[in-house]
Amino acid sequence: MRRVFVNEEWCLACHLCEYNCAFANSGMDDMVLALKGKPIFPRIHVEGDERISYAVSCRHCTDPICVKSCIAGALSKDGDVIRVDRNVCVGCLTCVLVCPYGALAPGPDGVMQKCELCLENSCGEPACVKGCPNRAIVYEERGERA
Amino acid sequence: MGVDFIYPEFEVIRNESRCIACRVCERQCSNEVHAWSERRGVMMSDESRCVNCQRCVSLCPTRALKIVRSDCRLRENANWTDATIKEVYKQAGSGGVLLSSMGNPNPLPVYWDRILINASQVTNPPIDPLREPMETRVSLGKRPQRIERDDEGGIICDLQPQIELSMPVMFSAMSYGSISYNAHASLARAATELGIMYNTGEGGLHEDFYAYGPHTIVQVASGRFGVHEDFLNAGAAIEIKMGQGAKPGIGGHLPGAKIVGDISRTRMIPEGSDAISPAPHHDIYSIEDLRQLVFSLKEATSYRKPVIVKVAAVHNIAAIASGIARSGADIIAIDGFRGGTGAAPTRIRDNVGIPIELALASVDQRLRDEGIRNDVSIVCGGSIRSASDVVKAIALGADACYVATAALLALGCHLCRTCHTGKCNWGIATQRPDLVKRLNPEIGSERLVNLMNAWRHEIKELIGGMGINSIEALKGNRLMLRGVGLTEKELSILGINHAGE
Repeated sequence: MRRVFVNEEWCLACHLCEYNCAFANSGMDDMVLALKGKPIFPRIHVEGDERISYAVSCRHCTDPICVKSCIAGALSKDGDVIRVDRNVCVGCLTCVLVCPYGALAPGPDGVMQKCELCLENSCGEPACVKGCPNRAIVYEERGERA
Repeated sequence: MGVDFIYPEFEVIRNESRCIACRVCERQCSNEVHAWSERRGVMMSDESRCVNCQRCVSLCPTRALKIVRSDCRLRENANWTDATIKEVYKQAGSGGVLLSSMGNPNPLPVYWDRILINASQVTNPPIDPLREPMETRVSLGKRPQRIERDDEGGIICDLQPQIELSMPVMFSAMSYGSISYNAHASLARAATELGIMYNTGEGGLHEDFYAYGPHTIVQVASGRFGVHEDFLNAGAAIEIKMGQGAKPGIGGHLPGAKIVGDISRTRMIPEGSDAISPAPHHDIYSIEDLRQLVFSLKEATSYRKPVIVKVAAVHNIAAIASGIARSGADIIAIDGFRGGTGAAPTRIRDNVGIPIELALASVDQRLRDEGIRNDVSIVCGGSIRSASDVVKAIALGADACYVATAALLALGCHLCRTCHTGKCNWGIATQRPDLVKRLNPEIGSERLVNLMNAWRHEIKELIGGMGINSIEALKGNRLMLRGVGLTEKELSILGINHAGE
């Protein structure tokens, strides 16, 4: 399957991906209305320092440990995409503990949210990839993931 | 010190109703114009640092930013303009030579814009490039004066070394040091994919780019930085840089701060030492001396590479070109006064040299008059901005054109003309690693290839319209050009008729 990958060599730590992600998942069609004056809860996070940086989001593992460990059964594999059912999540944060990539984080309401590749939101394709100014975030096929 | 205040040239206009305080502008500005004010809860800007490179404008996700020229002006004066007065203030404060970057921005005549191209009507049909084959390939180098045949009547085709181009355009010299590793990588990859050449400039060739050798012109300038046998043999041709259009009469200057790591190794000079190229080649004081260097380089490369001699367009360019043609050089590159640079003294950039259009026309005519036009190819550069400039240059007598500024624009340059500060926000004219990485060569080379392919299409359409189906048939075909608004003298130097004639 195609996944979101980050070429850290080209990541500029501009953080645009975080804002594009938050906007794409806001359910609104106006970025200013969606984001102005509010804390944002993106599903991708830029990490690193001045020397090296990279954006981290869900790897959509082939054998996802978060799904196995979810006590409420909120996380599931939908085809190749790992989704969270926010109506089922109890906010126990077990998935945060087990995810080796640090890709999951709770939303403003304390319920987990994660990258679902923008396949069902207004963007329709990963917004972080679409908006990356240096092609540091790409959406491509690179084989299986552990 | 006295009062030394110059009001900022630009103003940063932020539309507060749109700004979402994502701080992308702040993170992306190497000049540190933008900053988040925790106390005020808004983004602030220090416009005195702004160079109007438009990086923040381009990346702002809500289009909340624009940069405008400040309207705080000194009292109107047609003689003492605002800019002139401020230059005096700057020099009174610093005591230094004013520095500038990129090409001459002054409103001197651009002859390309006063030359119009012909098209076929009725009696001589135009050619449709989408339906009929059209040749844009050119080769540069010495041409035989006459056809010679062997005993059996076969044509003897022992040609002097040539360079082959898929279209009559090359990327001109920009050194590794003046531009970044990623800019060079973009140019090298694009030149290879396009089947044209890029040029190392005077800073040597980074070891990673030897792989692109067949599409590289290696340059030998007065500083001889990075010149060694492998370097000379790595490229498809060797260029001796005698002069540069942006700064005729002086050599290149790269400050020690830019001589770091790989640049020091590639240039073969110690880290931190200023790379000051001498104004002259210290071994060239005559055409005979030039001939010695031309043949030294040919000897070093076993006569397998054509040698280019690059000169700035100056007053006696026709006589100079005639001398170069007799020095054994295969190609003459002429760089007009609008050519770009990473740094030049402002007075030299803005006042020395002549327009490339006039230089090209007079050189082509002189070499024809002397019967030596076939001994050399002519490459012209110094602000070739579009496919129509290329077509006009070919019709005026050029064999090919050098473009650099247009190539940098394709890479993201916004012509803010502050290359000399080394803080290029677009990752081009800088060596700061965090800025260099902003230019991803994958994107850069794609954009260069797009630009050149677009020009190739336009060149075909323009020459097809004239009923011509190959670049060779357009070369020196000045009947295809007409001038508008030019004096008799200008027309006679350009060797073209006025529109309507």
